[in-house]
Amino acid sequence: MSGSASAPLAGTLVLDMSQFLSGPFAALRLADLGARVIKIERPDGGDLARRLYLSDTDIGGDSTIFHAINRSKESLVLNLKRPEDVKCLMTLVGNADAVVQNFRPGVATRLGVGYEALRRANPRIVCASISGYGSDGPWAQFPGQDLLAQARSGVTWLNGDAGQGPVPFGLAIADMLAGATAAQSIMAGLIRRDATGEGVHIETSLLEALIDYQFEVLTTYLNDGNRPPHRAAVRSANAYVAAPYGVYDTADGYLALAMTPIARLAELLDLPELQEFTDPKSAFTHRDAIKAILAELFASDTTAHWLDILEPADIWCAEVLDWPSMMASDGFRCLDMFQTVSRQPGISLKTTRTPLRVDGVRALCERAAPQIGEHSIKIRQEFGL
Amino acid sequence: MMAGVSQFGASERSLLESLLVLDFSQFLSGPYAALRLSDFGARIIKIERAAGGDLCRQLHLSDTDDLTQDSTLFHAINRGKQSLAVDLKSPSDLELVMSLIAQADVLIQNFRPGVIDRLGLGYAAVRTINPRLIYASISGFGGEGPWVDRPGQDLLAQARSGLMWLNGDADQGPLPFGLAIADVLAGSAIVQGVLALLLRRGRTGLGGHVETSLLEVLIDFQFEVLTTHLNDGGRLPERAAFRNAHAYLAAPYGVYPTADGYLALAMMPLSKLAPLVDLPKLSELPQESQFSDRDKIKHAIAARLLHKTTQAWLDILQPEDVWCAGVLDWATLLKEQAFRRLDMLQTLPREGGPPVLTTRAPFSINGKRPNSHQAGPMLGAHNELIRREFGQ
Repeated sequence: MSGSASAPLAGTLVLDMSQFLSGPFAALRLADLGARVIKIERPDGGDLARRLYLSDTDIGGDSTIFHAINRSKESLVLNLKRPEDVKCLMTLVGNADAVVQNFRPGVATRLGVGYEALRRANPRIVCASISGYGSDGPWAQFPGQDLLAQARSGVTWLNGDAGQGPVPFGLAIADMLAGATAAQSIMAGLIRRDATGEGVHIETSLLEALIDYQFEVLTTYLNDGNRPPHRAAVRSANAYVAAPYGVYDTADGYLALAMTPIARLAELLDLPELQEFTDPKSAFTHRDAIKAILAELFASDTTAHWLDILEPADIWCAEVLDWPSMMASDGFRCLDMFQTVSRQPGISLKTTRTPLRVDGVRALCERAAPQIGEHSIKIRQEFGL
Repeated sequence: MMAGVSQFGASERSLLESLLVLDFSQFLSGPYAALRLSDFGARIIKIERAAGGDLCRQLHLSDTDDLTQDSTLFHAINRGKQSLAVDLKSPSDLELVMSLIAQADVLIQNFRPGVIDRLGLGYAAVRTINPRLIYASISGFGGEGPWVDRPGQDLLAQARSGLMWLNGDADQGPLPFGLAIADVLAGSAIVQGVLALLLRRGRTGLGGHVETSLLEVLIDFQFEVLTTHLNDGGRLPERAAFRNAHAYLAAPYGVYPTADGYLALAMMPLSKLAPLVDLPKLSELPQESQFSDRDKIKHAIAARLLHKTTQAWLDILQPEDVWCAGVLDWATLLKEQAFRRLDMLQTLPREGGPPVLTTRAPFSINGKRPNSHQAGPMLGAHNELIRREFGQ
């Protein structure tokens, strides 16, 4: 759908001046919705994510994660330390709808490409800026890196079991949420621009995204006398949710069990020892004791055995899958979430598709991530740079 | 400006001014999407069952909550919204809802697949009365297939997505992400779809239907590492056995205990870290051992870090631009000048109870962070107002 006239963002030009994950993820989402995205890259190696290898697999000189994040984008090389290249950028800004950037605060302004400069070049431009910790204050110059933002946000005390100390979330959660917020901001900004003719600058940061991510439990904390969260000692899945919420070992795998009245479990699983915990409050106050009783029982038989008892009773439970078993399941396959993208003869890779379906159709993209400056000549000609 | 709508400075027009969103959803995913649209300036009307409303009203996470009142959680998710309580099986209520739909810009729903069609409010039905409507659906596992009737609950979607094998340490088995990640990502994705379709409507005059599910957003959440897996011969992720923070990242990436707390270390060359933590031998290791000997290296670093306080290490590492941070809990974070500077909290009045202290939007617009005016609405609090405004 990308590029087709019926795509939601058809005709929208986005300049992606960002690197790594947060900003490029925002631009990827806009690309999946039909926008044209031009990555502005430094001549000396471009986006640093090109060389961030998570495995020894190299595809056409770039890492697999670079390919995942930048599929279907174009690449224009500009050296923003050269005034003539900044001038080229401003010409492009004059033709663009939106800009995404995730420089450390102050850097864009020093380079002469801050929001004020962009706005002079194009008063209709919508700009989204992503920083680590906001544009000023004592943390503004700290590296805007996911694990470090997690560390400062308090979120690591909500993951893992009590007694484990802080446990980071094992994926770049701050980058993804900040990127999603930036993508939303750009589209909301374009809606207002279409109504008023005026551009807008919207800023977010990894820390803000993580505060927002914790908003339910943080609000609870702020209003219950600031009692610290208590993770379960065994197999915690949410510090604030009562038993049986969690993942349990079975004889041959693992079973996830969501919110369920203890009385219902006592009856279905024939566990009279749970009867003393059927008052809803004790599901929280005796969380570890209840979970220990359930853990012992679930370990005694197979996952399929427990699902056969629990699913027909509409108990909220699921088998825990790993990637191969998930990919082999019909529940996953019918979503058709993979695609193969290619760059030039011989360079192709398999990657995911957008999580959105528009009018029943999931966007498909054929073009892999660009080489550095792959589209420089074409773009320079097109825009007279 | 009408009550219940996020407000900007008098000179600012909100981004989504005069946009009307009908939110039929419950719990977190859909209401989180509506909250975001509210923070962008849209007016949100929650359409709730007259018998009890959004089930989240009763989901109390703290025993200090007054159990006769709506949960604190409900207020966090539904601040600034209006509530219309209806019985969708009553013809007169249905007529009012249809009249609202005819005038709305966006409809959000997260019923199990098929339920809203049975209520007569499926996309095919409502587009005939409002072809400009943007219709947003969130399900657990998509609209078809063997999981279609499974409850769309966060932990269960995590369980089926493979995500739990990326969190925690190697010997822990599957470890869930300790917060509702699928709900938040699905709400966030559907907002993107809604906004994109509003832009398309601006060009074409036509609405559209955007769908996502908890499973789809969790696949998307794993897209970097899943793409690696799909192209490296299908090797499985290997979490570190010791203080894992990312299954695919080499030492020292992780969180380490110090003499008085914890220190997070992000990606960096060992040659940079080794002299600063007085472990010269680590500099001599070949680069590939940062991954292959990950656990051994992490143990060596951990043993050193125990000798000094977190602040002492920060004083050594930060001036060298080593990517590190002290690990904070909420009490510490809330006192930090850097947090206070963001001004991310707001106190909102609520009917029939003490005010609620909660978070604000995670973005600022031309330097201003949007505010709400009130906590979550009482069930049906706006019935009269809405009937007057939209009733026949």
